[in-house]
Amino acid sequence: MKKTGAEIVFESLKLEGVDTVFGLPGGAVLTLYHAMGKYSEEIRHILVRHEQGAVHAADGYARSSGKVGVCIVTSGPGGTNTVTGLATACMDSVPLVVFTGQVPTMLIGNDAFQEADITGITRPCTKHNYLVKDVNDLPMIIKQAFHLARTGRPGPILVDLPKDVIAASTDFNYPSKLKMRSYNPTYHGHPGQIKRAAKLIAGAKKPLIYAGGGVILSNGSKELTTLAQKLSIPVTTTLMGLGCFPGTHPLSLGMLGMHGTFHANMAVTHCDVLIAIGARFDDRVTGKIESFSPHSKKIHIDIDPTSISKNVPVDIPIVGDARNILKTLLKYLEEEAGHDWGRKHADWNNQITGWKNNTAPQDTSCGPCIKPQYVIEKINEITQGDAIITTEVGQNQMWTAQAFKFTRPRTLLTSGGLGTMGYGFPAAIGAQVAFPDKTVIDIAGDGSIQMNIQELATAVQYNLPVKVAILNNHCLGMVRQWQQLFYEQKYIQSVFDVVPDFVKLAEAYGALGLRATKPEEVERVIRQALSTPKPVLMDFLIDQNECVYPMVPAGAALTEMLLV
Amino acid sequence: MRHVISMLVENEPGVLSRVSALFSGRGFNIESLNVAESLDPTISRMTLITSGNEQIIEQIIKQLNKLVNVVKVMDLTGSDFVDREMILVRVRAEATSRAEVLRILEIFRGRVVDVSPKSYTLEITGDEKKIQAMVELLTPFGILEIVRTGKVAIMRAKKDSSHPGKVQEQKSES
Repeated sequence: MKKTGAEIVFESLKLEGVDTVFGLPGGAVLTLYHAMGKYSEEIRHILVRHEQGAVHAADGYARSSGKVGVCIVTSGPGGTNTVTGLATACMDSVPLVVFTGQVPTMLIGNDAFQEADITGITRPCTKHNYLVKDVNDLPMIIKQAFHLARTGRPGPILVDLPKDVIAASTDFNYPSKLKMRSYNPTYHGHPGQIKRAAKLIAGAKKPLIYAGGGVILSNGSKELTTLAQKLSIPVTTTLMGLGCFPGTHPLSLGMLGMHGTFHANMAVTHCDVLIAIGARFDDRVTGKIESFSPHSKKIHIDIDPTSISKNVPVDIPIVGDARNILKTLLKYLEEEAGHDWGRKHADWNNQITGWKNNTAPQDTSCGPCIKPQYVIEKINEITQGDAIITTEVGQNQMWTAQAFKFTRPRTLLTSGGLGTMGYGFPAAIGAQVAFPDKTVIDIAGDGSIQMNIQELATAVQYNLPVKVAILNNHCLGMVRQWQQLFYEQKYIQSVFDVVPDFVKLAEAYGALGLRATKPEEVERVIRQALSTPKPVLMDFLIDQNECVYPMVPAGAALTEMLLV
Repeated sequence: MRHVISMLVENEPGVLSRVSALFSGRGFNIESLNVAESLDPTISRMTLITSGNEQIIEQIIKQLNKLVNVVKVMDLTGSDFVDREMILVRVRAEATSRAEVLRILEIFRGRVVDVSPKSYTLEITGDEKKIQAMVELLTPFGILEIVRTGKVAIMRAKKDSSHPGKVQEQKSES
């Protein structure tokens, strides 16, 4: 049966199991939106207020649910507004398919109205992208786009749709099979390498697991937890890995790196075997490369070969899916008979406990001002950890990573790689769309919440009861912190003279606004917000001087931590 | 160290820009790049000369392999291969030097492709050393213009087997 390109898009989405898209119409995609009317029963469209919001929302939807997030935006500025969202998703390996409108094929290259070379622009910040030139290619391209997005190391795919292509008609046959000669991700690790890794782990005295977002992406949390528990191996995670191992577990050391815990950074420096799983030795994790984990043999499990030995030379690389490899690794380790792992690693675990006990716990008690960590701990306590938490970027993000005890995968959505301020709120909207009954909270700063504040209208329109906790210090806190510590306490352009009244702002959008100025108001505000079945902005006025500690200065070794 | 990387890519628009953008975006260096259709019209062959230490070359090969349009990547360096480059040179050829230019050209088995009263345009093919020697010999006459193709390279056929050479794929290490 003949279908138009626009209909083919929606028929294909249905066949890919997509029931939700995020987007904003414009001239070049009107044909697409016109066709959408016919599919409104099967495919729900969430109308955002800015295209960046659409991509971050689709990203939050994808990270929380594990499904592919889908967006539709128009040509030109519609497309360019998605760039930050695409780069965010690309760095953090989030599966997205973004459809952009494009001017008619015959006008491409003519500097037509709302024309942008979006495939050219997004080449470095997508996993792959397509410009569809013939409606007959459309089904295969969409099939490939979804395949590429969700397989291997996941990532965003952009499909550029010229106006005449979506208007043209053809016989619609969605390909059932797909073969791409140039794309064959490796899923099963090399057994020989896994055996070597098992031998190395079995002989280790001070092993340490360093787990990243790849564990979550491969749904390997259960396998990781089993491995760590059976062998009594302590686990530190990256920011992206938080939640892949229960933060409340005795073997959990919390996050490592620039704002990691003292004992995690000491453990990584002193371990003799480092087992990196789905992590990529990012500069925020390693600090000064030369002094990163200098005494260890390194095993690196990753599905992306380019991650291996990119920053840190690795002794045993294993390319493949983290979950598959963990299963095999565990099998081989169980064959290593005669080990009393608990006793074998007792000294090592005691040493780590020693480091832990030697650090004075962060003072999160409040003086006259509200401490941000106190707000986060209260949220953790009141929700009993059963919430999807998103963050913006900066101090709010690091305080959340430190103070909230994530116990399940896909419960922390944060822009780890690109560090995109303005990510958290639209991502929370996406997560709430995926999980209407869950508590979804964006922990924000007053700087970053203003970067996508317009999406309050989206949250109100769809009655998405997203909660935003603004840790309001009237400044770009992390910038100010660096200026305090490394730039002679000259706070140049980091302090806001004007900050909106967030309570009134929330009300203006039809949401609820609440404010806490004193520590004793915090709990009441959180409880009221959580019991309100609509979007709520909570404005917590915090101390401007509060910094994120511990901190490893950029370029320093992990052991050179500033603790207070 | 210099490396000759030979790769097969999908013959589609935008592939060249993906490859070149990868090099510029990641701070790798391209010394020369040559692209043309292969025996299979849906596939193009790219021959790329780059340099870097072992770790950089490893990253380049892995990153190239990661591009969705790249079918196969081979690092020819270290294996037995033949490479050639062609140059077109316009050299000054006055009455006194015309014969000498032609004599040098003959030694290098080149050809004259264009003649004018005061110059010859010459075509010379060879490996890097030969081309360089030719250019050095012609310089005293006065080189007016020079155009180079960049290298193309092919693996030598093994005398005893049909093994096409070592294919460097990222999977080989795991």
